[in-house]
Amino acid sequence: MIEFEGVGHHYGDRTVLSDVDLTLAERRVAFVGANGSGKSTLARMVNGLVLPAEGRVRVLGLDPAKQGNAVRRRVGFVFTNPDSQIVMPTAGEDVAFSLRRSGLSTRERARRAEEVLAEYGLGGYAEHPAHQLSGGQKQLLALCAMLVLKPDVLVCDEPTTLLDLRNKRRFVELLGRLDQQVLLVTHDLDLLGGFDRVVVLDEGRVVADDEPEPALAYYRKLAG
Amino acid sequence: MNPLGLYQPGTSVLHRLPAGWKFLGLLALATAVFVLRTPAPLGALCVAVALGYVLARIPARRCGQLARALLVLVVFVFLLQWWLLGLTGAVVMCLRLVAALAAANLFTLTTRVSDVVSAVERGLRPLRRVGVRPERVGLLVGLTVQAVAVLSGIAGEVREAAKARGASRSVTAFAVPLLVRTLRHADELGEALAARGE
Amino acid sequence: MRRVSAPRASLPTADLARIVVFAAFIAVLGIFPGFYVGGSGVPIVLQNMGPLLAGAILGARRGTASVVLLLALTAIGLPLLSGGRGGLAPFAGPSGGFLLGWILSALVAGLIVQRAERPGLPTLLLATTAGLLVDYAIGIPFLGAYTGDLGAAAVQSLVFVPGDAGKVVAAAVVAALVHRALPGTATGPAVRSE
Repeated sequence: MIEFEGVGHHYGDRTVLSDVDLTLAERRVAFVGANGSGKSTLARMVNGLVLPAEGRVRVLGLDPAKQGNAVRRRVGFVFTNPDSQIVMPTAGEDVAFSLRRSGLSTRERARRAEEVLAEYGLGGYAEHPAHQLSGGQKQLLALCAMLVLKPDVLVCDEPTTLLDLRNKRRFVELLGRLDQQVLLVTHDLDLLGGFDRVVVLDEGRVVADDEPEPALAYYRKLAG
Repeated sequence: MNPLGLYQPGTSVLHRLPAGWKFLGLLALATAVFVLRTPAPLGALCVAVALGYVLARIPARRCGQLARALLVLVVFVFLLQWWLLGLTGAVVMCLRLVAALAAANLFTLTTRVSDVVSAVERGLRPLRRVGVRPERVGLLVGLTVQAVAVLSGIAGEVREAAKARGASRSVTAFAVPLLVRTLRHADELGEALAARGE
Repeated sequence: MRRVSAPRASLPTADLARIVVFAAFIAVLGIFPGFYVGGSGVPIVLQNMGPLLAGAILGARRGTASVVLLLALTAIGLPLLSGGRGGLAPFAGPSGGFLLGWILSALVAGLIVQRAERPGLPTLLLATTAGLLVDYAIGIPFLGAYTGDLGAAAVQSLVFVPGDAGKVVAAAVVAALVHRALPGTATGPAVRSE
């Protein structure tokens, strides 16, 4: 459960969010909107990467402003550019990196990393240099690095923007199969068919909030 | 870049010796190099180091590469020193150079980066009380290797873009966009590390 | 860009990331083969611009840290110096002092740039020049100790002066452009309060 109450935010003089009230309990939620509409900022508030200037955010009953680390342990975040998220030289090491605070032995961490990689289609790539993977594989790796921690919520900020059509579809399909609550920020409207709820943002405000079909119809009209 | 660094895999005594001891040995040798002032003992030291390469079974091809690099330097230094300090001075200087550089390279060739990392982490452990976090050393190594890979890719793109704009000789057309993207990458990496609980 | 001009939250990892990524940046300057500037026909390796840029762009504290990180990783065996050099040998060689001097280069350049509210070209030029001079101040005596003759070391080092002078100017120009492209990213109050 994620709650926004009267949330507002600005960078310098520019207002990016104003007066956002949302309670998100659905399993598949998408944020759509033009560039600069505030959807990315909203997504970052869910794991405390951005703290709201006004209003209040509650994530799984926790306050990201005060319990940032506790929130981040339970909320995974996948960024647009996997190059920025992959921090270790090989795929296996990168996934194992997520577990470094788990108290598990090095061997156990490596084993779990391999298990997760295999589960999401990167079996046999544990020793592979991470930066030599294809774009689609890198994004899968970034996802694995989050899922190995078994988070309750997964926030994805335009994860498919850099992928080709086939990989876009595969990635979103994969998100659909997860047990976690998924919050997806995206411009790929065609991929949202299976979603429970679509929130449309425009200039920092929620302008539509509905099932995919009516919400996306509204957004398309808005975009002209 | 090769994430193994300059390490040359092997199973010799020198490979198996703990990194800390090897480093102490290297320090001792470096001290000797600076204390000795006559050609004969310095020459003996060079021979000893060369035997180290044999002992470590460093492939001839690799030795050749190192020898070539060293030779260029030695010839340059020798000629200059001969002119400035005379023959004996030049010989002493060059023997010192060969012994010190070859020994340092031998250390690097026979020691895994990860072994040095654990040695450094162990060495820093007593400093934990003053706020040092030794376990961050490994993280820094991994992060930097990864960042080099990412930035190399960006640098390649930036250079192509500069060429496309007819500015392939301009340092600014290369460095400015590379830096802007470097800093942007740093910001994203900072966020990603925070998101991953660092 | 929004992310760069306006830090979203005060993340302690932001500093760590800048230090790491800038260390990698200096390494990448060395990986790229030399530039042919003007009609000289001699390739110019850009790597020693790195520490000057680190200080001039990240400020004294983070700039120095990134240079220390680069040198430490080089020392433990990663081939991060130009021409794929690495390990302890570059430090043990006659020009090892110039490498160690990079630390002071970044520090001094950073300290000078931080004094200015909005670093312009004159300040940056002063910073990079001072940065290079402190590098010489460490490198030349080191070379002198190696060869046993300080005067000779100074004469030898004259070879590098024209190229380095060009790099000092280039580094200042580049830093000025980066400061203009990303106001607030670099040194100055905007970042210190980050």
